[in-house]
Amino acid sequence: MNITVTLVAQSLSFFMLVVFTMKYVWPPIMNALSERTKKIADGLAEAEKGHHELELAEKRSAEILREGKEKSKEFIDLGQKRHDEIVDEAKDNARIEGERIITAARGAIDQERQQAKDALRAEVSALAIAGAEQILMREVDKNAHNEVLDKISAGL
Amino acid sequence: MSSEGLTSTAYIKHHLTNLTYGQHADGHWGFAHSAEEIKEMGFWALQVDSLGWSTFLGLVFFYFFHKAARQATSGVPGGLQNFVEWIIEFIDDSVRGSFSAKNDLVAPMALTIFCWVFLMNLMDLLPVDWLPWVAQQFGHYALGMDPHHVYFKVVPTTDPNITFGMAFAVFFLMIYYSIKIKGIGGFLGELAFQPFGKVGMPVNLVLEGVSLIAKPLSLSLRLFGNMYAGETIFILIALMYSGGLGMGIFGGILQLGWAIFHILIITLQAFIFMTLTIVYMEMAHQEH
Repeated sequence: MNITVTLVAQSLSFFMLVVFTMKYVWPPIMNALSERTKKIADGLAEAEKGHHELELAEKRSAEILREGKEKSKEFIDLGQKRHDEIVDEAKDNARIEGERIITAARGAIDQERQQAKDALRAEVSALAIAGAEQILMREVDKNAHNEVLDKISAGL
Repeated sequence: MSSEGLTSTAYIKHHLTNLTYGQHADGHWGFAHSAEEIKEMGFWALQVDSLGWSTFLGLVFFYFFHKAARQATSGVPGGLQNFVEWIIEFIDDSVRGSFSAKNDLVAPMALTIFCWVFLMNLMDLLPVDWLPWVAQQFGHYALGMDPHHVYFKVVPTTDPNITFGMAFAVFFLMIYYSIKIKGIGGFLGELAFQPFGKVGMPVNLVLEGVSLIAKPLSLSLRLFGNMYAGETIFILIALMYSGGLGMGIFGGILQLGWAIFHILIITLQAFIFMTLTIVYMEMAHQEH
């Protein structure tokens, strides 16, 4: 238990250990610690930024959605209008066309009726002549009675 | 037990004697065979066991911390790094709490002191006969020594050489930084002119001188006293194992209880040594 040179040896080894710790142990670990602190702080800041950006993006997307809805409504209105226009136009066209067809048909009918009248008239005059021939028992000179025949024809 | 045939006194004495290498009275160098021979060797003797264990434990500390430091990453830390960082942050907090000046030595020194003293104290928790028994067998069969002359103390902090060695090293640094920061005049002035001014110089010198000397003494004697007392109690408890089965079981329970309590003491002593060192260094850096 007496004091010996061990004390000096212990002091020396203490100094050596302290110096080694100061050189090789403390700085790397403190560096790692401060670096990690910085990393975490940066990460938190980034997260905060990301959060903020997300909020902005949400706002923007809501706006875009609203705009899109408005636009599509406009388009639908426009389409509706155009649809009504087309329908109206088609109706007009159809009416005009119908009238046109009716007019044409009427023309054709009139024409045919005229033709039938003419033909009938000719046939009737022929029949009348034949009848008169029968009655007179002689040839009727068409040329001599043309005036009469024409009168009859016009009367029919 | 290896001390069969020995009296209780001899057993205790045997456990409290260091393995010492030095010069015998007749002039030849060798291990001391008794406490008397150690005394005769005087100053030029080496406590091989204390110094060996303290150096070994210092290397253990340095090995693990250096390993962690080499692989230190700012990313996700592994188990060892986590542990080392935990201790280092604790030390760093303690140093920041009581040391205000700028000195890169203080925090690593505090770390070294805390871990090293803790490890040396931790040897106290090993059953008192284990390592001495191994050493005895080794000395007896390998070196042909008388087993009763193979002394082996495994707790370096129960050796005043070790605690004083560290305390004087701290003391030296204290004076070194005192003189470096305040100059030799400032340092001596602090001794001579406080607290009573120039008129009370003799009284000042006595007061300040005592308080200066008390610093390394309180550092080393507190640690030594605590550990020596704890070790002695372990030895006394170990004596009960030779007193029959009942005493043996009772001794086992006592040893367990004391060991659990001792975990607190060894940590506390390491912490106190470290904290006092930080405080003394702070005082050395302070200008009055």
